[in-house]
Amino acid sequence: MAKKQAMPKSAPGTHVSTKDIVNKKIAYTWWEPEVQYSWSVGPAMSRFLEELKNGKIVGRKCRKCRRVIVPPRMFCEHCYGPTDEWVYLKDTGSVETYSISYLDADARRIKEPILVGVVSIDGASPKHGFMHYFGGMKPEELHIGMKVKAVWKPKEEREGSIRDIIYFEPVKKGGRKK
Amino acid sequence: MREVAVIGGGMTLFRRRLLETGKELSYLATKMAMEEAGIEKQDIDMVVLGSAPDAFDGIHIKGDNLVDGCAAAGKPYVRVFNGGGTGVFAPIAGWWHVASGVADVALVVCEEKMGSCYPHPQTAFRHIWDPILDRPLNPNLVWLFAMEMNRYMTAHDIKKEDIALVAVKNKRNAVGHPCAQLADPNITVEDVLNSEMMAWPVQRLDISPPSDGASALIYCSKDKARQFTDEPVWVAGTGWTIDSTMWTNRDLYFPQYVANAAKMAYKMAGISNPFKEIDIAEPYDPFDYKELHHMEGLLLCDKGQAPILTREGVTQRDGDLPVCPSGGLLGVGNPIAATMGQKVCELYWQLTGKAGKRQVPGDPRVGVGQAWGDIMQMGTVIVLRK
Amino acid sequence: MNKVCVIGVGHTDFNSMTPDMEWKEFMYEACQKAYVDAGIDPRKDVDSFITCAEDYYEGFGIFDEFVPDQIGATLRPCGTVCGDGIHGLGNAFMQIKTGLMDIVAIEAHSKVSDLLTFGDVVLFAFDPVFERPISGPVERPNFAGSPSYTKKAPKPLIGSSKETERIHPYFLAGLEMQHYLRKTGTTEEQCAKVVVKNKKNAFRNPYADYEARIRVEDVMESEYMFKPVKSLDIAPTVDGAVCIVLASHKKAKELGVDPIYLSGFGYCSETPWLSTRGMDAGYAKVAAKMAYKMAGIKKPRKEIDIVEVDDKFSYKELQHLESLGLARSGEAAELLEEGELDVKGSLPTNTSGGLLGVGNCLEATGLQKSLEIVTQLRGHAGKRQVPDCEVGLAQSWRGIPTGTGAVAIFTREGR
Repeated sequence: MAKKQAMPKSAPGTHVSTKDIVNKKIAYTWWEPEVQYSWSVGPAMSRFLEELKNGKIVGRKCRKCRRVIVPPRMFCEHCYGPTDEWVYLKDTGSVETYSISYLDADARRIKEPILVGVVSIDGASPKHGFMHYFGGMKPEELHIGMKVKAVWKPKEEREGSIRDIIYFEPVKKGGRKK
Repeated sequence: MREVAVIGGGMTLFRRRLLETGKELSYLATKMAMEEAGIEKQDIDMVVLGSAPDAFDGIHIKGDNLVDGCAAAGKPYVRVFNGGGTGVFAPIAGWWHVASGVADVALVVCEEKMGSCYPHPQTAFRHIWDPILDRPLNPNLVWLFAMEMNRYMTAHDIKKEDIALVAVKNKRNAVGHPCAQLADPNITVEDVLNSEMMAWPVQRLDISPPSDGASALIYCSKDKARQFTDEPVWVAGTGWTIDSTMWTNRDLYFPQYVANAAKMAYKMAGISNPFKEIDIAEPYDPFDYKELHHMEGLLLCDKGQAPILTREGVTQRDGDLPVCPSGGLLGVGNPIAATMGQKVCELYWQLTGKAGKRQVPGDPRVGVGQAWGDIMQMGTVIVLRK
Repeated sequence: MNKVCVIGVGHTDFNSMTPDMEWKEFMYEACQKAYVDAGIDPRKDVDSFITCAEDYYEGFGIFDEFVPDQIGATLRPCGTVCGDGIHGLGNAFMQIKTGLMDIVAIEAHSKVSDLLTFGDVVLFAFDPVFERPISGPVERPNFAGSPSYTKKAPKPLIGSSKETERIHPYFLAGLEMQHYLRKTGTTEEQCAKVVVKNKKNAFRNPYADYEARIRVEDVMESEYMFKPVKSLDIAPTVDGAVCIVLASHKKAKELGVDPIYLSGFGYCSETPWLSTRGMDAGYAKVAAKMAYKMAGIKKPRKEIDIVEVDDKFSYKELQHLESLGLARSGEAAELLEEGELDVKGSLPTNTSGGLLGVGNCLEATGLQKSLEIVTQLRGHAGKRQVPDCEVGLAQSWRGIPTGTGAVAIFTREGR
């Protein structure tokens, strides 16, 4: 029996190195599209953002699934019915997971690392939360399960954005209980 | 349900930047697959394209721009897309074209041209985030995987050394792959652990690179298969599942959506004990921990056991369950959808004994390929059988 | 053979703007209505879900991410087809024909009011090397594309940063209409009559947004945008979501619903090279051939009772009727003037108001057209009901600059 041709039998394509580009050996075109959007945020997110302005985190309750959902939505993806009522949650929570990033959004390196992660919000169902920054601590202090609290922008600077929370900081031991 | 045979595969070189345009890459991969199958354009009834975000190529409705390269001009042609899951979803879509009886011969093309995006393909990933909750935080894509990796490591108390073993294995496996971008016969665990920190716990060598490339696959119905080949490989099972958009509302330590997709595919393929019955696995490995995470999702081992199997050498090319013998995304490159070349074409070549230097010993008969996409929520699974 | 039926349809109201709802809530409304119409629970009964969407219309890198929750697909098989709604229907049809799926839901929508720069996004679909530079002055950037990212990204150098200073990509419609008029002897007035008819039909469609009582003169006197295309020849964009639920015949019987059959579908893409592509809607010809074959239709003009064709531009309705084999070349305008395309004519066309009357709903076009056909075949079309219709055809085109179109055939009886 004839020996089988190994596949892929070749590797068609021409590699272009950075040098080729810098030395202008390659022809290229350039285009920057004008793409702008203004998404309607709908009733659930409108209320959520409004409440952030007030310094509060709000969720929605699905009675059928016995679930308190944050970020809130008007329908529950589990039972596919409408959610039932608004629930105020605490502005504390625990670190579900985190990363210490040395890259910005365009993959450029940055000196001061960004502490980022998911916070499960107190008062919502377990594992329900959102992504945010951490601060007020050294990177090595950050750990999964850590209790954290939102640090809000001053009231007059809030604009109805997730950034109305500056970051989450560790809950201070022996701090006042409310 | 009609039985569906794979009769040809093809792929291009994978590199950070290739001179060829998306159309030309699609053409090169398609041509190789057509030559292997011994067919011409007029033999193809329908064409499926898989390609990830338009933002990479910088062309809106890029499916339509690629029509001619995909041998589809004047033919029924459709593009399917679910982020990184596309590399296996497109061949699943190709399968239903033939299994339904609508097409006798179907071509699946997967293309990605990431090098066009300025300043970095990462920039395109800015737009995959929720515009209200996430984008105001200026997120970087790597954050997602860093957070998932951290959760996975913490839940099972896994050490980074064990995860780095995956990168070493796959980059070494890729040495036998002519298209490979990052093959390295001498890489060590120390190299991975000492590589540049990107977003803890993710380091440079934990990640597969962005790439340009294309791959292609040809299917035909059972009654036509014998015209083209003496050793057809059959699509035995397909499965796909998406989880909620709200990735911050679930525990990231286990990919339930991959498990659901795997169960669907195994049920169709009549597989009850995946570890025993599957000879080769090609789980999606854009990051080294993902291979482990996905082995568990594919039910090839219990939760938290994948690092142990890796440490014991079970997943090496000559082990009991070779995993990513192609070299995977870590070794061959990651032109998102075009990774069909490693995840599905590779299985076809392995099962027909055509994998050359990468050939898994011992006449493998069943292989599983998997991809993962969207925002950590999509699992796509395909099972091929000789 | 396992036939495929429509068991449920649902849609939102169509509006030029929908600021009160997020895209998710919008999709939820259409889908929930379709599931209620079908009498099913999506969390248990639907085996597979398909959305039809393009990223840049939505403003997302991977729109598929933002789909499952609102269509009921969480932890279920679901995927995006980057195509028109009828591409979605076709793929759902095939999924059911494999025997793997019994019920498949297909959703498509337009939330185009969220997109502020529609023209520039359409232009972004042109080939970057050969066609986009037509839109403005070309200057080669003195920029190396270096991956070191030290330089700040340069300002756009090809064309202008302001959309108004670039040619609007709809100029292509001007070229094609010119060709169509010359080739078939159709006149601009005749095209204007399409606008009058469709906007009039839209009065009888409660969800249509662009109904209007206008005269042919009004269309003729509207300003030239891309001569010979005038402003009223163009279907304005609209927000709208449609969901259609398909099931195997067996399942439909089990559920006890009165089904409408999806008896055939077809789609086709022509070459992307604008300079070599024909201007006669060849995509519709191939798609129709495939669909007719599947549905066993031999004499389309005789066998088809009602059609919804794509009318993103007025002349497109006439051109498409001819490509679909429902009229000879140049005959469509005659049929229109003889009243044959009216609700009471022999070939009722765009009884929903078409896109000129309902609005251009982008990838939802095919589903909006299918929705109308299903509504008519069910006999639920109220004041615009076409009597005794048995076989209907829905057709869509993916718009400028694509050469892609799709056709679906629906029938009252299984074929």
